[in-house]
Amino acid sequence: MDCEPAKRGVHVTDTADRVDQALDHVVIRFAGDSGDGMQLTGDRFTSASALAGNDLATLPDFPAEIRAPQGTLAGVSAFQVHISNHDIHTPGDAPDVLVAMNPAALKSEIDRLRSGGTVILNDDAFDERNLEKAGYTSDPRENGDLADFVVHRVAMTKMTLEATADLGVRKRDAERSKNFFALGLVSWMYSRPVEPTLEWVKAKFGKNPMVVEANIAAFKAGHAFGETAEMFGSPYKVAAAPQKPGEYTNITGNTATSWGMIAAGQLAKLPVFLGSYPITPASDILHELSRHKNFGVRTFQAEDEIAGVGAALGAAYGGSLAFTTTSGPGVALKGETLGLAVSVELPLVIIDVQRGGPSTGLPTKTEASDLMMAMYGRHGEAPLPIVAASTPAECFNAVIEASRLALKYRTPVILLTDGYLANGAEPWLLPDADSLPDISVPFALEANGTDENGAPVFLPYARDEETLARPWGVPGTPGLEHRLGGLEKHDVTGNVSYDSANHSRMTDLREAKIKGIANDIPPVEVDGQGEAPVLVVGWGSTRGSITAAVERLRQDGVDIDHAHLSHLNPFPANLGEVLGGRKHVFVPELNLGQLSRLLRAEYLVDAKTISKVTGLPFTGGELETALREGMAQ
Amino acid sequence: MTDVQLDPSKRGHWTSDQEVRWCPGCGDYGILAAMQFLHTELDTKREDTVFISGIGCAARFPYYMSTYGMHTIHGRAPAIATGLAISRPDLNVWVVGGDGDMLSIGGNHLIHALRRNVDLTILLFNNQIYGLTKGQYSPTSEVGKITKSTPMGSIDQPFNPVALAAGANASFIARTHDLDRKHMIEVFRRAHQHRGAALVEIYQNCNVFNDGAYDAITKRDVRDSMMINLVHGEQIRFGPENERGVVLRNGVAEVVDVDESNEADLLIHDEKNHDPALAFALGMLAKDNNSPTPFGVFRDVKVPDYGDVMNDQLLKANESNGPGDLDKLLRSGATWTVS
Repeated sequence: MDCEPAKRGVHVTDTADRVDQALDHVVIRFAGDSGDGMQLTGDRFTSASALAGNDLATLPDFPAEIRAPQGTLAGVSAFQVHISNHDIHTPGDAPDVLVAMNPAALKSEIDRLRSGGTVILNDDAFDERNLEKAGYTSDPRENGDLADFVVHRVAMTKMTLEATADLGVRKRDAERSKNFFALGLVSWMYSRPVEPTLEWVKAKFGKNPMVVEANIAAFKAGHAFGETAEMFGSPYKVAAAPQKPGEYTNITGNTATSWGMIAAGQLAKLPVFLGSYPITPASDILHELSRHKNFGVRTFQAEDEIAGVGAALGAAYGGSLAFTTTSGPGVALKGETLGLAVSVELPLVIIDVQRGGPSTGLPTKTEASDLMMAMYGRHGEAPLPIVAASTPAECFNAVIEASRLALKYRTPVILLTDGYLANGAEPWLLPDADSLPDISVPFALEANGTDENGAPVFLPYARDEETLARPWGVPGTPGLEHRLGGLEKHDVTGNVSYDSANHSRMTDLREAKIKGIANDIPPVEVDGQGEAPVLVVGWGSTRGSITAAVERLRQDGVDIDHAHLSHLNPFPANLGEVLGGRKHVFVPELNLGQLSRLLRAEYLVDAKTISKVTGLPFTGGELETALREGMAQ
Repeated sequence: MTDVQLDPSKRGHWTSDQEVRWCPGCGDYGILAAMQFLHTELDTKREDTVFISGIGCAARFPYYMSTYGMHTIHGRAPAIATGLAISRPDLNVWVVGGDGDMLSIGGNHLIHALRRNVDLTILLFNNQIYGLTKGQYSPTSEVGKITKSTPMGSIDQPFNPVALAAGANASFIARTHDLDRKHMIEVFRRAHQHRGAALVEIYQNCNVFNDGAYDAITKRDVRDSMMINLVHGEQIRFGPENERGVVLRNGVAEVVDVDESNEADLLIHDEKNHDPALAFALGMLAKDNNSPTPFGVFRDVKVPDYGDVMNDQLLKANESNGPGDLDKLLRSGATWTVS
């Protein structure tokens, strides 16, 4: 439903003495230098919108460099937010409003803006030097470049300095508050609540009262400027979206992931252990989890990726619910330890916040190209379950599900999220802790067999008949002393065995254990009638884009179904049935066709890839076009 | 070292049912026996004891102890053991590995476990050769070592494990050798008693690929003149007539013939010294396999144990924030209600 031209109409509502303009939705893109605080500004605007009851989706889009040279195109950091009075699925195809804090931001972002959109410039930043740094040979404000847009030139720096002049702040510091001027102005334009932002500034910068005052002064100045300057007309209103009753919060994928880990520990009645090494875009999970030690959570910043997963495996052996968080390059390094975890059959959750690759690739940009690595990135036959989250808030449940499988089947599980989910935000209907599932499993406490003399012994590889899981006997338990290892183990006793028939049997058992999980996961749901000639199969963060594209096609009368996978190994038991009898099966992926290859191999179905690897998610519009083209063939 | 009364009848309690599969004559047998005998005397239980190893001949060790154990992957034992030890401070966690495992592929994990002072007792079986892969030179092999991978002689400078541990500021550092069971037991006991990371280098003979590497130091007939026995608080002297000693000149430890002129200058061993420089200097006395070499405890200082400090933080967080409440956590940001 998002971003359709038909919906963009402005409805005018007469009120007592002011004419507010109601909007169904709007897409705003804040852009500036890496040091301009654009992520903070966008984030704040998002939170205020969440409190106003809008549905929303965000797309933070920033460079890998902490501070690229000031004023250059390489240093542009942007934050796109889509707010709406109805259910939306994506951060929006093209922004309606661009806030550009300098010439580089304007140059880098202007092509995204819809024709007729609004540009708000920090006029003070458009001096000769900055224009040159951005690669402009003439001034875009004067040369007709912006003819298709409504342009507002605002002296943000100057007015910020004036607003903070009496506070005794140094000029250089005062200038840094100009993002709050921009936030104040845009907050006025879209009738955002003011108080929450002021409160937030006080809490965030409370240690430095001067900064609090400067930011508040700049914010108020921006707000007042919007109200008094006649250039902006009346403020717009984006009404609250109809949402299910309940309590909501605005949440990013990484925060939802962190809270999911804490919740999983509570639901499993086990202490949580995280072994991790800092890596973009996963580090925020380590940061967030480290703040919650009162849940008995241990976070260990290891010397490298290998030690991160190694320590997690050691903690799992000792009876913790163990996690390691990383991104693609880290998964590559952890591969050998994952093989060991498959072999010793201990529960472990590996969270891969995917980013563009190969190698260092695009650290801050999204991609979903680690599926094959998750499936096959270990030597030998080393199967493990794979779970994928599909929206920022959904990361919470995905962690709980990955933990449930790891614990129940004593296996490493890979959870795939990505940079878009990690940093993107959405409103989340908060669950009650009581409503969450119990995922606890018992430790082995006594012998489960006898030796040749009839004495009780612990058989670490005597499997549960139903799940094929082996018993989890943790150190400290008397009578269960046993040795695990990466060498092949004898079926049942777990003793080292080089017997060829035994290795074949153990390989089959490990495979059967993971395959059997298909009966323990929900069938894939089909959005649609279920028998449409066209099926779109997605996984991970493409859910929103696919939903948006499919909704548009349906409005156009196209009979189309959408199935979205949250379990990628094993696939849900009904997937073969869902794929069957279709004229077209399309698989949009942020890679070159990894899921479609798996589907083709598994189900002999002619799955066609729609691929994007630009470091950005699909927009609804481009997916709609690609699907139309595919159907025409 | 105190005399140890060994009770072979109790050794079986600490012996697993697995057949020991080292080469006949391997120094590892003696180390295993010393470990099992030590445990007959310790006040610990099998279920509270865990041996974690990496890959290599030495790394088979856990299979032969009747305790908990994990034979992991090459070089990673200190990392895996770290996760276990800090999440389960109630356990006695031992780490076993060879010079290739601990100093080559796993060198990074070793130094970080030492500098963090994780409560691990780390046994480094140093035979100066790769055994399991059949005889390549190792990171402790002497320069010029002729092996299958170095037919013209190795060109790498070796690591000195004791000096490396001192460089990582390890809180406990010791050396022993596989021919002296009583010495091993005493050193292992001290290492076990130490709270925090303990590194024990064990000169171990690989009789197949590097036989007799330490003969010039540890054989019975040369021991008195080549082994320097470190005793805390005493002058460092050795030799059949106690005629040799160690002095410190410009921070460098040197062996001297003792006479009246220098007797007062002899170094007094101080394993409690908080500066690791002394342990480093003594460690560097082991220049090669033909030099007088110190044995015993180089360093034993009290430093907060990593797992304990981590636990303290959990307790502190619990005191100041109250016990974790999931519903409260989920509602800790700004929330709004739709009715």
